[in-house]
Parts: sequence; C-alpha cells; structure tokens
Amino acid sequence: MTEKIRRWIHTNLFSSPLMGLLTVFTIVVLAVVLPALFRWAFLDAVFVGSSRAVCGGGACWAFIADRLDQFIYGRYAPAERWRVNLAGLVLLAFTALAIWPRNPFRVLCVALLVTLCPAIVGVLMVGGVFGLAFVPTDQWGGLSLNIILTFATVAISLPLGVLLALGRRSGLPVIRWACTIFIEVLRGVPLLTVLFMAMVMLPMFLPEGITFDRLLRAIVGLSLFVSAYFAEIIRGGLQGVPRGQYEAAAAIGLGFWGAHRQVVLPQAFRLVVPGIVNTVIDLFKDTTLVSIIGLFDLLGIVGQSLKDPNWLGLGREGYAFAALVFFVCCYAMSLFSQSVERRIKSARH
Amino acid sequence: MARKSRSGNSALWPMKPSHALLVQGVAIAIGGFFILWFGHNAASHLARRGMQLDFGFLGSVAGFGMPFQILSFAPTDTYFMALVTAFANTLLVSALGIVTATILGFGLGVMRLSGNWLLETVSSAIIELVRNTPQLLQIVFWYVGVLQLLPLARESLSIGGFAYLNIRGLFLPAPIGGAWSSVLLIVFFLSFALVPLLRRWLPVEPRRSSVFWLLPLALLAALVVSLKGWSMPALKGFNFSGGMVLPPELVALWAGLSLYSAAFIAEIVRASVEAISRGQVEAARSLGLKPWLTLRLVILPQALRLMIPQITNQYLNLIKSSSLGAAIAYPEIVQIFAGTVLNQSGRAIEVMVIVMGVFLVINLAASAALARLNERVALKER
Repeated sequence: MTEKIRRWIHTNLFSSPLMGLLTVFTIVVLAVVLPALFRWAFLDAVFVGSSRAVCGGGACWAFIADRLDQFIYGRYAPAERWRVNLAGLVLLAFTALAIWPRNPFRVLCVALLVTLCPAIVGVLMVGGVFGLAFVPTDQWGGLSLNIILTFATVAISLPLGVLLALGRRSGLPVIRWACTIFIEVLRGVPLLTVLFMAMVMLPMFLPEGITFDRLLRAIVGLSLFVSAYFAEIIRGGLQGVPRGQYEAAAAIGLGFWGAHRQVVLPQAFRLVVPGIVNTVIDLFKDTTLVSIIGLFDLLGIVGQSLKDPNWLGLGREGYAFAALVFFVCCYAMSLFSQSVERRIKSARH
Repeated sequence: MARKSRSGNSALWPMKPSHALLVQGVAIAIGGFFILWFGHNAASHLARRGMQLDFGFLGSVAGFGMPFQILSFAPTDTYFMALVTAFANTLLVSALGIVTATILGFGLGVMRLSGNWLLETVSSAIIELVRNTPQLLQIVFWYVGVLQLLPLARESLSIGGFAYLNIRGLFLPAPIGGAWSSVLLIVFFLSFALVPLLRRWLPVEPRRSSVFWLLPLALLAALVVSLKGWSMPALKGFNFSGGMVLPPELVALWAGLSLYSAAFIAEIVRASVEAISRGQVEAARSLGLKPWLTLRLVILPQALRLMIPQITNQYLNLIKSSSLGAAIAYPEIVQIFAGTVLNQSGRAIEVMVIVMGVFLVINLAASAALARLNERVALKER
C-alpha cells in the first residue's frame, strides 16, 4: 500500500527535477492563498446582521442573507413571489422530462418545452388573468429574470435557427444570401450592440404610439443574436448527416420538408445537442448584459444593492455570491452536455 | 466538397424554375415590404423631431472629454475624432488582452497536460471557475471588488519598487524617447512583416531561417539603447507624478478579457494536443527525440494546425467582448458612441450603424488575415 502511494507521488508529482520544483512552488502558493481565503470566507465572516457595522475583517455574508430575496426575485411583489417559484418548478419539470433519456415521449416533451411551457410561465409571471394580479415586467429581476430571459430566448431562437440553417443551405440564391448575411452580420458584432439596437432602434422602426416593453425588447435582441449561433450549429449538424440519408429519404418519395422533418433533422439534432447546450450556457451567462441596458437581473440588482448606504463597499461579497450562483448552474449544464457527448460517441462506435 | 455542402442537397428536390422564381420573388416582396415599412416608420419618427438621416453630425464639436485616451482628444474636437479615439482605445485593450490571453492560455493548457497531478488540478479548477461564470461579472468583479477597494496613493502597493498599484490605477515607468526611438519603434513593428518575406526570398535552408528572427530582437535592443532614460512614477503629495498610468477601468477590462479568453484557449490547447494520436509521440520517442524536441518537431506543428482556427475565434470573441468595457465606463467605442454620443446627439440610427459597422469591419479584416495564416499552416501538411 505505502509502495503504491510512493509510486503515485513519484509519477504524478516528482517525475523530474523540474516537475518537483513546480510541485513545491505550487504547494507554497496554495499554502499562502487557501488558508487566507478560508479565513476570509468562513472563520472571520459574519453571516447574520442588518448593516455593514456588524462585519469585521472577514467576508460580510450578512449582506447576502439580508438581500437574498431581491437577488432571486428582484422587485417582484413579495405576496406574489409564490408564482415565480411555481413558474420555476414548471420550467424544471418540463426540462427534466425533455432531457430524460429514457422518456418515450421525449420529442413531444421538447415541443411542449418550447410552446406550452413558455405560455404557462408567461401567464404565471405576468398575471392579469385567472384572478392573478398583474405584475409589470419592470418589477421582474434577480436570478429569476436571467432564467426567464434564457428560456424565452431559446424558445424563439431555436426554431428561427433551424429555418436560418436550412435557408443558408437553400438552392435559391435570394434566400441563401439573405440568411448568410443575417447570420454573418449578427455573428460579427458584439451582443451588447445588438441589445442597444433593440433598445433604441426597435421603437423607431414601429409605428407611432406602439410602445414595446423593455424586457420584450431585450428578448428580441437576444433571440436575433442567439439564432445566428444556433443556425451555424444546426448547419454543422445538417452537414454531419450522411448524404445517403438525404438520398434515401428522397428515394422513398419524401419531399423536402418531409425528409427534413422525419429523417434529417432528428439525426442532425442528435449530433448537435452538446453544441446547443454550450450555446445555452453562453446565453445564460450573457443574459447578465441586460444589466448594462437598465434591467435588473442578478448582476444588475447586486450592483444596485451595493449602493445601499447600509452595505457600502461589499463588492467582493456581492459578486462572489453571484459568481457562485452562475457557476453552479453553468457547471451543471456543462456536465450534462459532456454526458450527452459521451453517449453520442459510444452510440457511434 | 465545400461547394457541394454549401448548396446543400437541393439537387435531390429539384424545383421548377418558375416555382423557384416565384418563391424568391415572394421572399423579396416580403423582405422589401418590411424594410420599406421600417424605413417609413423611422422617417416619420425622425420627421416628428425635425431630423433626418444625416451623418453630418460627425463634423460637429463633441463637447465632452474622455477620462482616458491614447490619442490626443479634447472636448473641442469633433464627434469623428471621438470615434477615432474610442476606436483606438478599443484596439488598445484588445491588443493587450490578446497578448496576455495567449500567454496565460498556453500556460494553463500546458499545466493541464503536464502529467503533474497538482498542476493539472489547479489549472482545471481555474479554467472551470472562469469558464462557468459570466465574463461581464468577472470584469465588474475586478473593477468593483478588487481595484476600487485598493488603497489610496499614499499606501500604494509597490510591485518590485518600480510599479505601483492604487485606487487610481497602475503606475508604470515610462520610456523617454531619444532622437531615433520613434523611427526604431516603427521599423521594429515592420520587421515582423519583413521576416517572413526575407525567409521566402533569400536562399537559405528552411530549418536555419529562424536566424532572421534575430532582426526584430536586434531592433528591440537598439530601441532600448536609443532611449534617453525612464521616467519613474514617484509619490508627490497626494498622487504620483512621472511614469505613466493605466486607469483602473483599463486594468479591470484587460484582466477580465485576458483571463476569460485564456481559459478557453487553454482548453483548445489541451484538446488539440490530445487529439494527436499517441503513435506520433511514440514514433518520435523511438527515433530518440528528447521530450522537448518531440514537442517542438512533432506535437506542436500538428497541434498548431488544429488550434489556429479555434484560437482565431477566441481572438475575435475577445475583440467583441471589449465592448463590455461600457459597463465600467472604459471609454471604448460602445461606451462613447452608443452611450455618450447617442444621448447627446439623439442620432440613434446613425450611431448604431457606425458602431456595428466598425465591429463588422474589425471582424472581417481579422478573420481574413487569420484565414490566410491558417492556409499557410495547413499547407505544410503535405
């Protein structure tokens, strides 16, 4: 046993003099950094309190505890917050059904995820019908806003991305060029400029008197941007489907749409699930950009809370908490994407 | 191959020419209708404010100052000069970011490949943490959570006694140019373009042609010698004088861009090296090549070919992400134009067209240049 350990240490830490030196150096750095970090985050930290005054030299987690509701729900009316929770559960349930590999009705569940589910969530969040009180979107905020933005954007831009991908491969020059230009322009500019455009130019392009909700404008901007990325991923999947599949579909008399719907797209989608999940992860991270154009997502509301005179100068704690939340969500999604990738690989061999 | 896949499989479902014309005609009609309708609405909005589409505002006086610029800019300059100055600021932070992201990314990537468990663990912890948190959050964290909490000038953190970090930014020694310095600087940059040309023109055995890289090195040495000296930052009263200062906005944006891209570059480096079949390495080792030569002659040339298109993409992403500087008031093109200028002049359409146009041009130029580089590397395959 000790021999085994000794050999492990030799091959993994001290395989050569240089490696040994690097190992020792890394241990020294970690020995300085980690205990200091641990002391700041836990030993010297204060977890309960109502103002900055309770905090000493360590982390002031009391700030997070005090503001947790806002970080999750934004300024959503406290009495109505159960609706946000319920909407979250609905999203979770539909998503779980859609990604559960052994679900026999998986395709149907995916379809419901992008149709019925947004409708239910929308009714719950907005209200104004079925006796639910109306909650204007400028009161939405916090983490729930990031999640809603992500889902709404995916629901709009995934179908749009399929159409753009097919359009870019079309034999009709007008359609091919229109789709190519749309995709390349949106991929060539930063998301922030697309969001600015949606904020300031969208109202100008619509007739006088039609006002457009700010949140909706952000969703339009995000959807246009993300659909270009989805289109390129799906196009990759379409190219990955063997030509024989197209020919076989045509040979048994299926038309263009029938062949794509029943033969090509299901196979293409299976190939690009990891790519799509990675884009969704990027989208979820990028929803924080709406804080620059004046919506109060998690990042925006943390920034706003830092201006509270009771809690001045707590940027480290606020942003560390937000980072932790994003890390947990994104890391879970990337683990899922990796497991799908492995399944695709093993199914092929 | 590429040709076939571009036109898809349309040949399998041939369309009557008349149908094809009809479908495209309808597409043009629908597209045209929306463009005209949007144009009409925009025109009536503008008319109500007594404005029309006009880029002439670029010639009028800006009237605002910039907190930081590398070109000279005064409030009495025009909007056009503000555009040029902001563009230079965007390029500055992008260039700095690309250099540090590449170095950091290769460092983290090599750590992950080192075979040393500790280095691998530390490197993957950093990579996963950075990749799974929003870039904007990181930039704001560096700015609000680190740089704004730094001490005042009097209690500056000293870095080796020649650089100082405090709440006003990073103070560095600045070179004082001598008579020939600016000429040498230009020649130094040109020499990077010159070396590949020399290698092609002069009949030298290819493996020895790396000698030509001594030329930029010699120029750099001459440049250092030509300097009159260095201006060191020194504390005078409440602030530093002498040297040069990188404002906290620049440092935070630079850090945020570099670290985020570095994490992605590290993954690209790792994946590209791992994609090379073990047989290649084993063959090199059995030829008696030392690990370093195996890396330089066998692994890197093959891995580089896989890496370049992906790293190119990361560079383009980094340039686009420099727009996130708007969140911490770094005076780059989105902050200055889509922010300040748009609010002052009210010219939403013109401003957004300019800003998006600038990014499109940067992107097209960079991807064209890097596509050529990629072609050159790919050709060596045979």
